Amino acid sequence: MAQAQFDSTTQYVAILKQPLWKLARVRRWIGNVSFHLGGVALMAAQLAREARSRWETSEIIRQMDALGVQSISITNLTALFTGMVLALQTSYALAQFGGKLFVGRVVVLSICRELGPTLTALMVAARVGSGITAELGTMSVTEQVDAMRALGASPIRKLVLPRVVAVTLMLPVLTLLADFLGMVGGLFIAVVEVKVGAAFYLSTVQQSVHVSDVLHGLFKTPFFGFEIAMIGCYNGLHASGGADGVGRATTIAVVMSSIAVLMSDFFLTKLFLLLPLGLK
Amino acid sequence: MTFSETAVMRFVRADRPAGAPIIEFRRVLKKYSSRRVLDEVDLAVYRGEVLVILGGSGSGKSVSLRHMNGLEQPDSGEVWVDGVEVSRLPEEELVPVRKKVGMLFQSGALFDSMTVFENIAFALREHTSWPEEKISARVGEVLGFVNLGREVERLLPSSLSGGMKKRVSLARTVALKPEILLYDEPTTGLDPVTSMTINRLIVDLNERLATTSVVVTHDIVSALFVADRIAFLQNGRFAFIGTPEEARAAEVPDLRAFLAAGEAPGKTAPKGVPP
Repeated sequence: MAQAQFDSTTQYVAILKQPLWKLARVRRWIGNVSFHLGGVALMAAQLAREARSRWETSEIIRQMDALGVQSISITNLTALFTGMVLALQTSYALAQFGGKLFVGRVVVLSICRELGPTLTALMVAARVGSGITAELGTMSVTEQVDAMRALGASPIRKLVLPRVVAVTLMLPVLTLLADFLGMVGGLFIAVVEVKVGAAFYLSTVQQSVHVSDVLHGLFKTPFFGFEIAMIGCYNGLHASGGADGVGRATTIAVVMSSIAVLMSDFFLTKLFLLLPLGLK
Repeated sequence: MTFSETAVMRFVRADRPAGAPIIEFRRVLKKYSSRRVLDEVDLAVYRGEVLVILGGSGSGKSVSLRHMNGLEQPDSGEVWVDGVEVSRLPEEELVPVRKKVGMLFQSGALFDSMTVFENIAFALREHTSWPEEKISARVGEVLGFVNLGREVERLLPSSLSGGMKKRVSLARTVALKPEILLYDEPTTGLDPVTSMTINRLIVDLNERLATTSVVVTHDIVSALFVADRIAFLQNGRFAFIGTPEEARAAEVPDLRAFLAAGEAPGKTAPKGVPP
């Protein structure tokens, strides 16, 4: 009898343990995420403190070129093809209720308000975020970051600040170019495939897309740029354990910054719609 | 304050450098997860000497060195550097200390996106407002200290050999005229001849620049060549601190094994091979 009781108890414990074990994993995951969020926030606080001292203007310009100007080709290409595919898809959908002629309106509105900023930010997260993490990560594991500290220079001011400023300033520029290229891509498909006249396409765009639509998209991009550069720098400076560690840090940086862009996109959009900024 | 009092104070101040330690560890404890890498250690480094911290791989030698310029902070205990307690200071307040304490890293740790010149000029540009000519002159001077010519200035670190990287790194370290030099495994990975060049440089720079040096190494030849005193680190504690002569006579089994390994005779030649 006692034996049977014992068996059923262990069974219960086993059943109970399984969800508990899962719960522990979730708890650990939440712990990890909040640890990294806290780390990024602490770095941002330090950045704010150090931003009051002398800025390395020449380094900022160098980074604006390396991280911004050199990204133009991929962000433009992305925008061009997004505009094109969007024109194809929306013309198909609009044709079902006879609205094929308004393809330009839909394409340009979606590009300016949402796809231009978000896709540009995602491409920059992939290209620039990974690059920053790999560079700073290699510097960390080869003791170059420690050497910088040992020479009395702050890695936050020398390495993080120029990159964060550069990406934050350049992402709006890249987005503006992407908006334009997306519109051109849409125009091309509208003329060639959908057989809408170029003049008509442009006039529908002019009538329906306002400056506030473009600004609505653009205003989000400095936030995206800041997030991408901060996450890239944070992961780079905390990389350890040689090539393997740098690889892992780079992967994490791209994943983290992509998620950060997509999540903050929602909240920023909601915020801009709520605030009386004229960005409806 | 009377004249005689100030005179006495001046005497005491002048006397202090020889007597008081320039670096001092007081019950320094450093743990990585649960392992005590430094187990409440005490250590004093005196002005003008070359102290060698000897120990096996993973014995916490480098960690102890990294406490001396605040790259690591202890879990408990105090680290005093030239009269300043550095173990609780935030990064910004460590800058004046770090200007006084130069560190040579094991890998050299040259900034690989910068040329040799930019590497050496880095600290000068960071902490002085010198004109370019003065910086250039100083870079030439410190390259001379490490027996390198100005022709290496334009090279990138990737095109330098291991020994040259160490020497350029040493030049970068001394550019700002530090009072204390920390060497992390200065001869690791170098051939014996280059190692000896570095050893001579350590002794030479210590005399020429009137600095205090702390050298972390497991290279016994190097240790005996450069050391005024040797500190032997074992299981997170200093098992022995004393002069090289005292080290030879010390009754610390692991230190004996260390010294014996450094002076072990080579393999005897097989029979039939002429000497």
